[in-house]
Amino acid sequence: MAIRRALSGRIMDPTPVVGARYMSSWWRSVEPALKDPILGVTEAFLADPNPDKINVGVGAYRDDNGKPVVLECVREAERRIAGNSNMEYLPMGGSVNMVEETLKLAYGENSELIKDRRIAAVQALSGTGACRLLADFQKRFCPESQIYIPVPTWSNHHNIWRDAQVPQKTYHYYHPESRGLDFAAMIDDIKNAPNGSFFLLHACAHNPTGVDPTEEQWREISHHIKVKGHFAFFDMAYQGFASGDPERDAKSIRIFLEDGHHIGIAQSYAKNMGLYGQRVGCLSVLCEDEKQAVAVKSQLQQLARPMYSNPPVHGALIVSTILGDPDLKKLWLKEVKVMADRIIGMRTALRGNLEKLGSPLSWQHITNQIGMFCYSGMTPEQVDRLTNEFHIYMTRNGRISMAGVTTGNVEYLANAIHQVTKSA
Amino acid sequence: MDSVFAAIVQAPEDPILGVTVAYNKDQSPVKLNLGVGAYRTEEGKPLVLNVVRKAEQLLVNDQSRVKEYLPILGLAEFNKLSAKLILGDDSPAIQENRVATAQCLSGTGSLRVGAEFLAKHHNERTIYIPQPSWGNHLKVFTMAGLSVKTYGYYDPTTRGLNFQGLLEDLGAAPAGAIVLLHACAHNPTGVDPTVEEWEQIRQLIRSKGLLPFFDSAYQGFASGSLDADAQPVRMFVADGGECFMAQSYAKNMGLYGERVGALSIVCKAADVASRVESQLKLVIRPMYSNPPLHGASIASTILKNSDMYNEWKVELKAMADRIISMRKQLFDALTAKGTPGDWSHIIKQIGMFTFTGLNSDQVAFMTKEYHIYMTSDGRISMAGLSSSTVPHLADAIHAAVTRSS
Repeated sequence: MAIRRALSGRIMDPTPVVGARYMSSWWRSVEPALKDPILGVTEAFLADPNPDKINVGVGAYRDDNGKPVVLECVREAERRIAGNSNMEYLPMGGSVNMVEETLKLAYGENSELIKDRRIAAVQALSGTGACRLLADFQKRFCPESQIYIPVPTWSNHHNIWRDAQVPQKTYHYYHPESRGLDFAAMIDDIKNAPNGSFFLLHACAHNPTGVDPTEEQWREISHHIKVKGHFAFFDMAYQGFASGDPERDAKSIRIFLEDGHHIGIAQSYAKNMGLYGQRVGCLSVLCEDEKQAVAVKSQLQQLARPMYSNPPVHGALIVSTILGDPDLKKLWLKEVKVMADRIIGMRTALRGNLEKLGSPLSWQHITNQIGMFCYSGMTPEQVDRLTNEFHIYMTRNGRISMAGVTTGNVEYLANAIHQVTKSA
Repeated sequence: MDSVFAAIVQAPEDPILGVTVAYNKDQSPVKLNLGVGAYRTEEGKPLVLNVVRKAEQLLVNDQSRVKEYLPILGLAEFNKLSAKLILGDDSPAIQENRVATAQCLSGTGSLRVGAEFLAKHHNERTIYIPQPSWGNHLKVFTMAGLSVKTYGYYDPTTRGLNFQGLLEDLGAAPAGAIVLLHACAHNPTGVDPTVEEWEQIRQLIRSKGLLPFFDSAYQGFASGSLDADAQPVRMFVADGGECFMAQSYAKNMGLYGERVGALSIVCKAADVASRVESQLKLVIRPMYSNPPLHGASIASTILKNSDMYNEWKVELKAMADRIISMRKQLFDALTAKGTPGDWSHIIKQIGMFTFTGLNSDQVAFMTKEYHIYMTSDGRISMAGLSSSTVPHLADAIHAAVTRSS
């Protein structure tokens, strides 16, 4: 009946619609996707009207007033850039200037490896984009290999290698009992992995735990990785942000370079230059010689071309303007230290408050851990209570973004944590 | 230690971007770059639109602006405005909340995200692309996990549309197959279907149950009118059916390097669009997490301010008009020289590119002897021409066509 009525309407129409209106959607069986565990937290936070709410979810730096920060060096760089350049396509490998300066940060200002042109490097879409390019590259050129990912890690690491269709395994990393590094188990996993496996290492300020190996431990990790001929891939998203000193934060990488590894590195300027939304980063792969570096770079470009053709220019210009000007670079280093110091200060304050409240638990891991995140050790149920009763937003693995802690909210936060853990 | 990548060989240059690399190496004072499709002024310079500079200044001077992560799907305001731009302000699809939009990295990024979504969720993993098409289409769709077939499009004898071939090939496609359509200003040929031909294509696609995927990289740039250039897309959306659209602001806003674009998926119903949107996030997150802020902010600033929008339309029309004028000048020059052959396709074709019909030998000759750089398929970017360089190009074409092989 309905169809006949509808059809008779069609007959009046001089250009009858063919087919379209009576087809159901192609996407009727598409399921609603689960929210991203990290980014979904901020969405929920924004929707909460409560005035005491705190966002210690996503790892984006906030000042002591809880406000996002645009660094002075960045503002100045933008003033210089605006109106001065064209907006032509960058090459597929991105801004050569930006990449050169970025390599110096990771490999060392006077690195022989840079001089010898042994590093294949391309501008990438922040850390995510760098990891994804490496994962796609691994799939294409080492299709038999697996990636070993620490437990726990940034949740998106799993998504990246999965979408690149690289088989993944995990290695022991975090030791819940000590809230520190499970070093012996980690070394075992390195030894037991098939030769030539890829190992994802957090160069500093491990996300989400904040637990980093000591220098001695890094040397041993390097040794065992070398023995097995594994490929060491460093995700360095927090250089400068961990200790306040970029050179110090790159120590793990320098140890591996001294040991002769041919490493890969993903670098991001999201946090340490506050360029989050600009998506600026770099993927580098150390090769045997210049010829190989040229070949590898060309292949990385082949992976970028069908993904986005060439990377965005604006953020890259900001970076190269800052790093290419000695005064601006000095200003940047100062501003990075301020951010790192504020976070270290908040760690001390949070721990101090919890101890003052008479918490029965040990909270020394808050100050032992480093970088933006604190792995509190709270359970998902405790986190849910924090959210539901106290309007505190964080990921359910108990990870607290210390950047979201301020002198204004640290007492409230400490009290809330104490309330949900005191009977643990 | 041996490198795990010791056996890697150097990849060949990208055929399009490699042209500029070669051009840059050439020392000749008369060299001409007609390779990559980036607009050039009469003086041969890249152009940043005035309205873009204005928008940029507004953004830089606004001290309240921050650089936080955008949501995974990008700047919401930009997405809404982008959908309106292609679908029309009064589009029922938008009013009914049936359009899922994600800000992506220009046209390439929009195509890739759309293709990955399709590879994951669509029951038919074959996409038909026109023969020929932009060189990167094949790579984008293949990397996304789709299998690529072609449909007849260009007729070398007429240097126009092979309409029968197109209808036959699409008519033989399996139900559900995806069809890539260049919304206007086909790249590389410049050959577009007429309105009547578009209507026939639409009917065929709908009756066969094929899924249209529009690549819209030249809206406003082809005819000079944003609405006219969007007509094919709007015809499809008006029939109530579903489609994909990849939009780029590289050319029409001159935002090339800022990588500004959007993927829109027109769905049958709002709840479908909402679920589709949520799944798009899962494709994007492991690729680059969220899109870059700067370019989309510029585009949004322009699109939402009616004065700036009008300024943009004027500057856009000026670019389109200059290209149309270059077409006429080249055609006139070849006619005046009596260059053998029918060159009317130069003025019949539309958009940034002309498919000259020159073969790769002739192209190589023109590069070697006249320092003219173009892709080996004979495609020239009209945007790279100026009144002062048209004579040199006409000389080169004339020489290439008349030389004995």
